[in-house]
Amino acid sequence: MNETALKELLYKLADDKLIIGHRNSEWTGMGPLLEEDIAFSSMAQDKIGQSYALYQMLQGLGEQDPDIVAFMRNADQFHNCIFAELPNGEYDFSLMRHFLFDTAEAIRFDMLTRSAYSPLAELSIKIRAELRYHTLHANTWIKKLGTATEESITRLQTALNEALPYALGIFEESPYEEEIKDSGLFEGEKLLLERWMEQVEQILKDTHLKLPDWSNLKPVTGGRVGRHSEHLQPLLDEMSEVFRSDPGAEW
Amino acid sequence: MLTQKQILAWLEEVKDPEIPVLSLVDLGIINTVEVNDNQVKIEITPTFVGCPALEVMRQDIKDTLLKHGARSVEVEVNYKQPWTSDRLSERGREALRQFGLAPPPKGKVLVEDLEVLENVPCPRCGSTRTGLKNPFGPTLCRSIHYCMDCREAFEQFKPV
Repeated sequence: MNETALKELLYKLADDKLIIGHRNSEWTGMGPLLEEDIAFSSMAQDKIGQSYALYQMLQGLGEQDPDIVAFMRNADQFHNCIFAELPNGEYDFSLMRHFLFDTAEAIRFDMLTRSAYSPLAELSIKIRAELRYHTLHANTWIKKLGTATEESITRLQTALNEALPYALGIFEESPYEEEIKDSGLFEGEKLLLERWMEQVEQILKDTHLKLPDWSNLKPVTGGRVGRHSEHLQPLLDEMSEVFRSDPGAEW
Repeated sequence: MLTQKQILAWLEEVKDPEIPVLSLVDLGIINTVEVNDNQVKIEITPTFVGCPALEVMRQDIKDTLLKHGARSVEVEVNYKQPWTSDRLSERGREALRQFGLAPPPKGKVLVEDLEVLENVPCPRCGSTRTGLKNPFGPTLCRSIHYCMDCREAFEQFKPV
């Protein structure tokens, strides 16, 4: 097994979860309804917990301690997609991102239950079950607000149009894509993208939201190879502020 | 000489820090117990990957077994046999009910639809005239419901 390819895959999975988890946590105390405040906070805790389990797996492969990895790297060392790091915006954008991102993540971890790397396959069985609650939550609200009032539909449509090019950046291929597929670590981004498009179409057909022609969209990529938007570094600065003030502190 | 049976009996004393009526054995998170010359090695698996009570549980297991005379205790966390809510014992399910938490429905570990969270029997009065208020609750493992007969909210240990 190509260990470099495996690590690259694990970093991508973990960084996506840490960064989207941090964004979700920014809704704590700010949600439009108490119910949604709790939902985004719980999903944040799930995702950050899952990122920790993945960083621990990386530590077992010789990488640094999870806290160091999470808090001491700069933006260009992160492998998350740019979509995950975008600011929350208003609730409409956060909800749309939650739907598009979590749909992809749920399918990804279903595929990963078949990974040739058994610790990842085992963990993915667990993560897959937890993510069900995230996608069910997203689908419920997208269907509800995507058929509710003119304002809710217009707002979600605008958020969808804005989010889609970034969402397609989730599927940016790894520099080790062929090795990852050949060694059975993961079935690959192309297959994931196909399944994601089917699932997104399936859910949105029960709403008044319109998908543009996929072929007219240009994916926003770069995140997987450390080329991020201007939004990641400020997020990392805030997230790591306490840790960096005294990295050796015992808590 | 300590035996596996003895260790499991002692582990009955270690409770879930978030649900103090439920032992870790009844919760179903103990995967393996090995004893060799009074040295104990235990594998546990979390209910949720992000469960913040995990470190407390690990320490409680160590403290309890050392107190009873184990020479050393090693606790490993892994996902070799991932936890599902079907691993809660009958006694554990009853303890949840007594505590005021509805136990999870059986055989629904990969939730297909939020419908399975509707009409959960109320742990207070048993009524199924209940509705899901929020699939996310005060801890990762709980959802929030409302009983139309008691006219009060209650929580369920989520199927997962």
